[in-house]
Amino acid sequence: MQSSSTSAAPESELVLRCTGLHRHLGQGDARVHVLRGVSFEARRGQVYAIVGPSGCGKSTLLYLLGLLDRPDEGRIEINGRLMSNDDDAARTAARGAHIGFVFQFHFLMLEFTALENVMMPMLKQGRLTGPEMEARAHALLGAVGLGAKTGRLGTQLSGGEQQRVAVARALANQPTVLLADEPTGNLDVKNSGLVFDLLTQLAREHGQAVILVTHNPDLAARCDVTRAMRDGLFV
Amino acid sequence: MSPNLRIALRFLTAKKRAMLMSLSCIVLGVGLFIVTQATTSGFEKFFIRTLLGTDGAMRVEDRIQDTMRSMSAPGGSDFQIRQKEGVKYIEGVEEPQRVIEAVRAFANVRAASAVLRANVMLSSSFKNTDAQVFGVRVDDHIQVSDLGRQIVAGSLENFRLTPSGAIVGRVIADQLQLAVDDWFVINLRGESRRYRVAAIFETGVRDIDKARLYIDLGEARSLLKRPTGATFIQISLFDPEKATPEAARMSEVLQHSVTPWRKREYVWLGVFRALQISSGITVTVFTLIASLAMFNTLAMIVLEKTKDIAILRSMGYERRDVTRIFLWQAAIVLAIGSIAGVLFGAGVTWMIGRVPMQVNTIFKAETFIVTYDVKHYLQAVGTAVVMVMVASLIPARRAARLEPGDIVRGIAQ
Repeated sequence: MQSSSTSAAPESELVLRCTGLHRHLGQGDARVHVLRGVSFEARRGQVYAIVGPSGCGKSTLLYLLGLLDRPDEGRIEINGRLMSNDDDAARTAARGAHIGFVFQFHFLMLEFTALENVMMPMLKQGRLTGPEMEARAHALLGAVGLGAKTGRLGTQLSGGEQQRVAVARALANQPTVLLADEPTGNLDVKNSGLVFDLLTQLAREHGQAVILVTHNPDLAARCDVTRAMRDGLFV
Repeated sequence: MSPNLRIALRFLTAKKRAMLMSLSCIVLGVGLFIVTQATTSGFEKFFIRTLLGTDGAMRVEDRIQDTMRSMSAPGGSDFQIRQKEGVKYIEGVEEPQRVIEAVRAFANVRAASAVLRANVMLSSSFKNTDAQVFGVRVDDHIQVSDLGRQIVAGSLENFRLTPSGAIVGRVIADQLQLAVDDWFVINLRGESRRYRVAAIFETGVRDIDKARLYIDLGEARSLLKRPTGATFIQISLFDPEKATPEAARMSEVLQHSVTPWRKREYVWLGVFRALQISSGITVTVFTLIASLAMFNTLAMIVLEKTKDIAILRSMGYERRDVTRIFLWQAAIVLAIGSIAGVLFGAGVTWMIGRVPMQVNTIFKAETFIVTYDVKHYLQAVGTAVVMVMVASLIPARRAARLEPGDIVRGIAQ
């Protein structure tokens, strides 16, 4: 494990880079300077942990890196392309093509089955035919150990199972970056380990960069790189 | 199936009761719109059909005489001075046969019949009443009217064979207690003549049936002491809808005032039109309620589905995809509601058309008169589509404007 992003991988392995990110949240007297010039790099096949106390800006940074939010200042490059200043349509397209998300609260679409949830990003991309999408979704659900529960609705799955479906869904479009916000925060120890292992194993197999925000020191210790944050800056 | 439609179909099940309420309002709105238009225009069409079958599509009446303020140069010159206020009318048609020949040159004219009309007093052994006598050549007149089909007692043949025969309106016959072959007297300017009822007609329009009787044109000339001329010439057209422009052209050519049926009956047609519009506006309230219900339902779904919207946006679904997902929901409910509303409207219209109901006011009918016009169905569905989709656009656009980062942060932090 490294305590900073000092990997010796070549520049071509760099999939994500941000420099000098600033972000304020709230308005008026409640306005808070959450990120104060954060810079970060992520390389293919590496697993990064961002740790720090609550409110230090970890999740805000993750949403900025995932193009779910816009920085007040600074640059975000994904696969060498500057995305921080792009319009909403370009950022949305980049999310679909390059980024996979796993959230703390699973965020499955409960009216849909596990299989349909995993197929959802592929349907939007439209790169595969219907049977190909279905086959890939089956394969991903098999890889996360839910091959026998593909037809179950979100409401018929346990918390751990839902989070494993979310992992499979995040990998559906073979993104270059996988972002996970406290992916095990809502799970017991056994399921936490299972989900983390899945994330890291699948990401390494497919050469994806994984950036996860966590409070769990054991998980952070198992990542390739750990970056600690405090008061909107890496320390 | 597009992913947006697939998602919309599943979201629909999220608010079943609210969606059913919106659906019911759309069904009622579309259905009742169709029913009201079917009934009001049913009576209007019956009225128009009866009037066209009785008084024809147009009438050539008074001759227009050029005055000092409206004259044209002789010798084939095109020079003309025209001023509307300079027009002077000479009552009646002085040379009906020549006018009829000229009228027949118009391609849309089916037939023409000269009519000599006068106000008279009718007397029977029971009662006296005012009436209008119409002198007609019956074989000409049945070409420009439905008189042949309007006979309810006696026959046209009886009229032809009876030298002093008359065809009397049903209400007149009832008032004077006359039956076929009964005698009655026409009084005019101190002179009285006896006529025999050869037939009784009924148009269904009470104003006509209580005031009109037909006698032979020759007999009318003798009675009215008018050996030549006619009060007007009644014309039937192949396409009565073209009566107004045709009348303008005819008036120009014949130099007679020509009145199309829409101008002649504009008061009643205006009443029907106003009734149709007011009833349409009234039942549109249901469609308005449907659009508000849809607005409310979609707004609730947007609130409940913010997480799903964030997920979709994080996966690369664009703002317009989110808008379409919600508009699809409205469109699906609208489509089901419109189809059900059309069937409901057609069914109720069919039932109303079969309910026995004695209508005996300005016209007489045995049942409620309805009409099936595709225009009403299109108007009903069109109104619902516009109102519901406009109302749905607001929550749909609100959903699309949601920032995924804000949604996730609101839950995650």
